[in-house]
Amino acid sequence: MLQFRSMLPAIIFTVAYAVVSLSVSNSYYQLVLTLVPVWAVFGLSWNLLSGYTGLISFGHAAFFGIGAYTTALGQIYFDLSPWLLIPVAAMLGGIAGLLIGFPTFRLQGHYFALAMLAYPLAILYVFEWLGFQEVTLPMKRDAPIAYMQFADPRIYTLVALAIMLATIILTKIIEQSRFGMALLAIKQNEAAAEAAGINTLAWKLRAITLSGAIAAAIGAFYAQVLLVVTPQSVFGMLVSAQALTVAMFGGVGTVWGPVIGSVILIPLAETLHAEAGARIPGIQGVIFGFAIICVILIAPEGLFWKLRDLLRKRPSLKAATVPDASQPAKAAVTPFPAPRKRAATSEVVLEVRNLSRSFGGLKAVQDVSFRLHKNEILGIIGPNGAGKTTLFNLLNGFLRPDQGEVLIDGRNMSGQRPHVICEAGIGRTFQVMRPFLRMSILDNVVVGAYVRAKSEDEARKLAADAVARVGLSDVADRVAGELSTKELRLMELARALAGQPRILLLDETLAGLGHGEADEVVAVIQQLARDGITIAIIEHTMQAMVRLVDRFVVLDHGAVITEGEPEVVTRDNRVIEAYLGKKWVAHAAH
Amino acid sequence: MEGFLQALAAGLLIGAVYGLMCVGLGLIFGVMRVINFAHGDFMMLGMYAAFYLFTAAGVQALFGNSVGPFVAILLAGPALAVFGYFVHLALISHVSGTRTASLEGEGHYAQLILTLGIALILQNGGLIVFGSVLASIRTPLSSSAWELGLTSDISVFINKARGIDALVSLAIMTLLSLLITRSRIGKSLRAAADNPTAATYMGIDVDRAHRVAFALGCGITAIAGGLLATNYPFHPFVGLEYVIVMYAGVVLGGMGSIIGAFWGGMTIGLVQQMSTLILPTQLQNAAIFVVFLLIIFFRPQGFFGRMVERT
Repeated sequence: MLQFRSMLPAIIFTVAYAVVSLSVSNSYYQLVLTLVPVWAVFGLSWNLLSGYTGLISFGHAAFFGIGAYTTALGQIYFDLSPWLLIPVAAMLGGIAGLLIGFPTFRLQGHYFALAMLAYPLAILYVFEWLGFQEVTLPMKRDAPIAYMQFADPRIYTLVALAIMLATIILTKIIEQSRFGMALLAIKQNEAAAEAAGINTLAWKLRAITLSGAIAAAIGAFYAQVLLVVTPQSVFGMLVSAQALTVAMFGGVGTVWGPVIGSVILIPLAETLHAEAGARIPGIQGVIFGFAIICVILIAPEGLFWKLRDLLRKRPSLKAATVPDASQPAKAAVTPFPAPRKRAATSEVVLEVRNLSRSFGGLKAVQDVSFRLHKNEILGIIGPNGAGKTTLFNLLNGFLRPDQGEVLIDGRNMSGQRPHVICEAGIGRTFQVMRPFLRMSILDNVVVGAYVRAKSEDEARKLAADAVARVGLSDVADRVAGELSTKELRLMELARALAGQPRILLLDETLAGLGHGEADEVVAVIQQLARDGITIAIIEHTMQAMVRLVDRFVVLDHGAVITEGEPEVVTRDNRVIEAYLGKKWVAHAAH
Repeated sequence: MEGFLQALAAGLLIGAVYGLMCVGLGLIFGVMRVINFAHGDFMMLGMYAAFYLFTAAGVQALFGNSVGPFVAILLAGPALAVFGYFVHLALISHVSGTRTASLEGEGHYAQLILTLGIALILQNGGLIVFGSVLASIRTPLSSSAWELGLTSDISVFINKARGIDALVSLAIMTLLSLLITRSRIGKSLRAAADNPTAATYMGIDVDRAHRVAFALGCGITAIAGGLLATNYPFHPFVGLEYVIVMYAGVVLGGMGSIIGAFWGGMTIGLVQQMSTLILPTQLQNAAIFVVFLLIIFFRPQGFFGRMVERT
């Protein structure tokens, strides 16, 4: 019952909160106690999208407002009960999420954040124009329970708590599933997640749909508690800001963040409003603003993470990027040099035909063709700017080719999205490493395993297996941010391996490594090749490559200038010219 | 036809001032990549600074009712620039620039909530200090107009105050372009915007560049605010109404492009005024956001932005 145990703190908190609120008889304080879980849920819904995917939404009021107006208008025009209208609101919120997400996810970073801002405000003005400036919910004295109009305000608090607990549990379940892992991976590095076989758009759409549904449901409940809805109070910018404030104050990317933020900020704001605001209007906002600023300067990532760091004394990321000298070298390194000729066959697993791609006037890759045979190690070399990484981006789907075909097992896959190509059996690593810094090594690798694994257990098993193959089992639990360059390179290799690819594309896997370290990584790659994986590796330094690869393809200015066995290629005048310039060709001839 | 020309003229005039307002934010956003929620409130302070300089600090007595407001508005710029400089030094520099490398999401979360906090303080502090009564910078020019007779029966009226507002905006914009392209500090700003890490290696103090950008951005937006105040009454919470227009303009123009932000603001002004021809007034603002969304869907990088993606 590991699942249940992880829910326990949430359940205890909810019950304790319920007990405290039952003892409060003052109706104003009870309202505050009701609003805490309401805003906590709204913060949680925001967190589900923005906290886990890192795509900050300034527009969550859109969903909140849709929910609020659903209960208000549904009761006025159709005489429906809020018990029914809240689920309807959730459905509408989910649909709104899908409709908003689909076009808006084309945008990234700040553009996404600011585009989201536009939705609630556009809706706000439309509602004002429609004449819904102030909608009062009809009184239902004859059937208070059926219409959620409780005489005892404590019941509102209990309902709010029930919604909050349900949201926390839902979030926890998501957090621990491949849904949550996919979102975290997207947040840390969307491109890497996509290359690891995660359909990022599909997961993001699921997240915004769910998030919109929760936000709309709690908006619907909020309208029921206050009994009055105005466009500003549910679609306004301050409503969107409320979600950000409670979540960021408490800590983003954890269920506890929005709850902590709400528990502290809502009573603080309300008390200030009632106590100080009555004497000097505005003073409450000033104090509240100061409080937020002070806390955020001390704990820029939110209270939850600050507290957790203090408790765990986690070494900061800065200290961790310094290579760890005390780390003993791995003992189990395959001796060098390994036998070079494996059973490379003549079966073609990947064929590139006349591939071209330009950026404006720059022909980054032009008319490139080559074949990758089963079980061979192909080196793709060339000076800086020769188009090597662009070629890989074309192969794994980051870029669409202008022309040409990429055949995987004879099937044309050019122009497919990266996660599709990953499913087809192509794994890749990156020149600029793209680890998910906050996640452990094992979790990093698990993300790569989802493309093959059907269950969570299978994913863990595949990941553990991949970690073992690159020799990182001893450090599998450490956070990726603490690793040395070599370990990160190996971890990326493991992440690519976890999806059980038949073909690995390695982009400058040896870059930035010392001699001894490079040898260790080379040994791992050779072992993988012996295990039957076909490998294409990019490097611009020849040294390590000559011992590693079976065959070279040499690129210069985006085109293949020659290909062949290492001995031949390294003596080729065109290659020397490309690397060293014309005058060295004459030197090399002597 | 006359209605169309009149709306076009009104759009161009207000667009020029919106443009300047957006340039102030665009400078900060482009150089620092910080989403400053408090920028509308800095503008609100600029409006009040111009107001008090005009009425209480003797500008009115010295320069009279026609020239005085514009002198006060131009003085409000430097005042807010100094204020912005210290706000950056004391608060924003702690969660932006070179200190954010170790923070999750490059400190964006912290910046957002910090500027939200600043906005709260400025709005509510403004309420305490200035009161909630609507204020405006009155000038006789606000209620008189030039008549441009285009043909014998079509003529367009140009409000004198708005006409001068637009001219002042264009002048400031020209000065700023010269500063950015010609001067040493302008070059360091552009370098810091383009690639902060590389700029650091080139010996540019990126944090100082950020501070200068922040101060400059505040000053420029304060002037734009003062110009708006000659026609629109204002109150301590007026920033909320404008900050959204500012961001829409900056994103439309393309992040990182100063001149783009100006055209973005101009677009917003035009859409706002032209939409009155076909839509009810209440939907004016909805039209802005719909156009905004349409443009960024079809051209996510804005008018002048570049799509830069590094793998």
